Amino acid sequence: MELLKIQQIEKYYGSKSSLTKAIDDISFTVDKGEFVAIMGASGSGKTTLLNCISTIDRVTAGHIFLEGTDVTALKGKALNKFRRDNLGFIFQDFNLLDTLTAYENIALALSIQKKSAKETDAAVKTVSEQLDIKDVLNKYPYQMSGGQKQRVASARAIVTNPKLVLADEPTGALDSKSAKLLLERFRYLNKECGATIMMVTHDSFTASYASRIIFIKDGKIFSELSRGDNTRKQFFDRIIDVVTLLGGDMSDAL
Amino acid sequence: MLFKLSLSNIRRSMRDYAIYFFTLIIGVSVFYVFNAIGGQAATLEMSDSQYEMIHLLETLISGTSVFVAGVLGLLIVYASRFLMKRRNREFALYMTLGMSKRKISAILLLETLIIGVGSLFVGLVIGIGLSQLTSALVANMFEANMASYKFTVSGGAIVKTVVYFAVMYLVVMLFNSFVVTRMKLINLMQSGKKSEQIKLKNPVLCVIVFVLAAALLGYLYYQVGWNSVRIERNSALAIFAAGSAATFFIFWSVSGMLLRVLMSMKNTYFSGLNSFTFRQLSSKVNTMVFSMTIICLMLFITICTLSSAFSIRNSMNKNLNELCPVDHELVISYDTGIESEYDDITELCKDNGYDITADFSDYVNFTTYSDPAFLFADSLGDAFEDAQAMYSFLQYDTPEQLIRLSDYNALMELYGREKLSMADDEFIMLCNYTSMINLRNKGLSVGAERTVFGQTLKSKYASCQDGFIDISTEHINAGLIVVPDSVVSGEVPDTEYFIGDYSSDDKEAAEKAVHDGFDTAMRTLSANSSNEEGVYGSSNISGYGWTTKLEIKEAAVGLGAIVAFLGLYVGLVFLIACGAILALKELSDSVDSIGRYEMLRKIGAEESDISRSLFRQTGIFFLLPLVLAAIHSVFGMKFLIFFLQVFGTNSIASSVGLTASMLLLIYGGYFLVTYFCSKSIISEKR
Repeated sequence: MELLKIQQIEKYYGSKSSLTKAIDDISFTVDKGEFVAIMGASGSGKTTLLNCISTIDRVTAGHIFLEGTDVTALKGKALNKFRRDNLGFIFQDFNLLDTLTAYENIALALSIQKKSAKETDAAVKTVSEQLDIKDVLNKYPYQMSGGQKQRVASARAIVTNPKLVLADEPTGALDSKSAKLLLERFRYLNKECGATIMMVTHDSFTASYASRIIFIKDGKIFSELSRGDNTRKQFFDRIIDVVTLLGGDMSDAL
Repeated sequence: MLFKLSLSNIRRSMRDYAIYFFTLIIGVSVFYVFNAIGGQAATLEMSDSQYEMIHLLETLISGTSVFVAGVLGLLIVYASRFLMKRRNREFALYMTLGMSKRKISAILLLETLIIGVGSLFVGLVIGIGLSQLTSALVANMFEANMASYKFTVSGGAIVKTVVYFAVMYLVVMLFNSFVVTRMKLINLMQSGKKSEQIKLKNPVLCVIVFVLAAALLGYLYYQVGWNSVRIERNSALAIFAAGSAATFFIFWSVSGMLLRVLMSMKNTYFSGLNSFTFRQLSSKVNTMVFSMTIICLMLFITICTLSSAFSIRNSMNKNLNELCPVDHELVISYDTGIESEYDDITELCKDNGYDITADFSDYVNFTTYSDPAFLFADSLGDAFEDAQAMYSFLQYDTPEQLIRLSDYNALMELYGREKLSMADDEFIMLCNYTSMINLRNKGLSVGAERTVFGQTLKSKYASCQDGFIDISTEHINAGLIVVPDSVVSGEVPDTEYFIGDYSSDDKEAAEKAVHDGFDTAMRTLSANSSNEEGVYGSSNISGYGWTTKLEIKEAAVGLGAIVAFLGLYVGLVFLIACGAILALKELSDSVDSIGRYEMLRKIGAEESDISRSLFRQTGIFFLLPLVLAAIHSVFGMKFLIFFLQVFGTNSIASSVGLTASMLLLIYGGYFLVTYFCSKSIISEKR
């Protein structure tokens, strides 16, 4: 079932004299239950794309539909409400509130939606089991490791049962072991809990956990890969091939 | 180059500096306005005694200014230290680029100079503008005439303001340079990276400390509120010190408990942004325990000072009508036991060449008596022992003042007050000084017996009656006993009175005429006496004096105005200081929290929720010290009312109202400015 539909979006920066096309006519769709990765070198426009989908940024032209709602037409309060009720965010630098404990950080996402304390408690318990962070719930961000922080941030993103989880370089600040642990969790959320995840990354290893990869170069879709029946290792090799083709600084990511 | 850097630094951190600059400007202008009062008053039409009052006010203000300068100086040092801490990363950058500490010092020096000169200039301009309005205020307060408006600038006040503030800025510069020499690059570089550490205090300890501090406060409240008469000066200081300590521990423990209490209320805590709001608030309060204590105490002092000052002024003016119904009072007192050769003051004046009756339309001559065997202690009756225990400082061995019923009623006729009547074996106690009334009432009952000049009299009433003989603006009649005429017949008078209204409408001329006439008469009397007989001859006069309504009025109005001005001065500066400290903390916290609010927006918090959270944080932060200060003030005022009774202050409602509105205006103003600045800070797009 089609969840997200991107229709010929464009995003320009700068003035007329020096125009930068961050996104230049991109269209694709994401089905419910997919785990999509968007890959590209820095400056390719992948983060801009994510920001546009997440309604943090506005497109210059084109439309984005989430379950039939045109998010590019939303404004002000409706936009906030839409973001709050339909999207979950995971950021590279975790973006946890340092003054709150893990539990409170996760609960905040629910209390913003005006859920009762009882519902909140149950939901936080469930999600903390799914992400294996039960024993850090009462810790503050400064008491946790990077991996734990990112899993708490992920818990916060999915605790509201969003239609779409958006992750911007989620493994960017993690060591390889933590990154692997996190990605396992992502796959678990995707497979077992049915979460639809869209992740931006420049790291091939990270991308290999996804079920589909969209490559972006200079604001355009360069190529697309589906995992199909491949093992993760096989899929990883195929990614490397495309990355080599992409060339440029993308190859540092190997 | 350095100058350019300094200037751009200030411009860049305008956000942080704005409230600092704003506070400096207010400080400078308030300082100027109050020190220029003398100059402003010079444009008014005033009597000599009013000029004296203004002069006294000027002297007192200059004394107070030293104290005020101290407070402002501390505030400036605190603020600049606070702002400097926020720039550690910037200094680290300078140092890594190879800038010497001396140069960094120079940059800071220049910055302070720019801010100092700027705030002095702007503050003085505003001060000069405001002080034009104070002419009207001075005229109103001193009840002087504002004959013609004249624009005045007080050079003296300008010089004084500049010198005082220059010294303060100099201290700041020295302080900054000192801090710079002690900076270490490694500390500077790491200062921004440290993530917030949340330390929760031991809850059991917090509860214990809270209970102890609250108990101490309760005890102190009881002491000042209900046991105030035993408090002497030293113990008052001790109580204030203990109260300050208790205040500190209240804040310390509350900051530790607050969050836990709120966290235990799960439904509230996990509702909307509450968990975030409470956490923010708790971390603010936790780091500000000491400052909050200081702020709370300053607010407390401000509330008490302003309320007392305003109520003294109000009651001064009100009492004038009630307690000073006639124009002039002359008093001559005699050595006890020796009869005067004159019947009354009228005769004394006449015999010495001054016809006093010509200057008065209405008057009475009368005498009062005292029985050396009937002392204050005797008059108290059964209440004496209690009284001694409670008011050890009173003189119990002074004879009571007695007045004949007929004399008293004649005087009341003149005063237009109610007359008294009683049987031949009764007496009536008159008193209008509240705490004295309470004391005397304890020993009084209907029929309570007292022996005066060998005769036993019974009290007609069970309590003191309202009444007085001396004109004044204060309720200071501590006790006067009206006795039947027969009791004192044949006894030697103690004091002679002449009280009356002038015949002329020109009160000032009449006052002078009576003053000169009486003075001449007394001189003549003195000149005609031989030395062996004493200064005033065989009349046995031990002293004489006079009081006039005009004198009383000017003194009262002047005193009221002086008290009000000083109260305003100190109150204003304290309020500014409190507001500035809280505002600085709140604003810098907002700058630090930009990322957190950004985060909240990203996870979908609505703008209105964020604004509400910020409003609550700022509001509670400003309210906390105010609430405790208000509670302190309730008891502080209860204590002060005891002293204010002298001025006849029964109701402090209106002055408390006035104080509250000033508080609302300045403290509330700082709150609003802080809230809106914070709001713009956190909604900035990065």
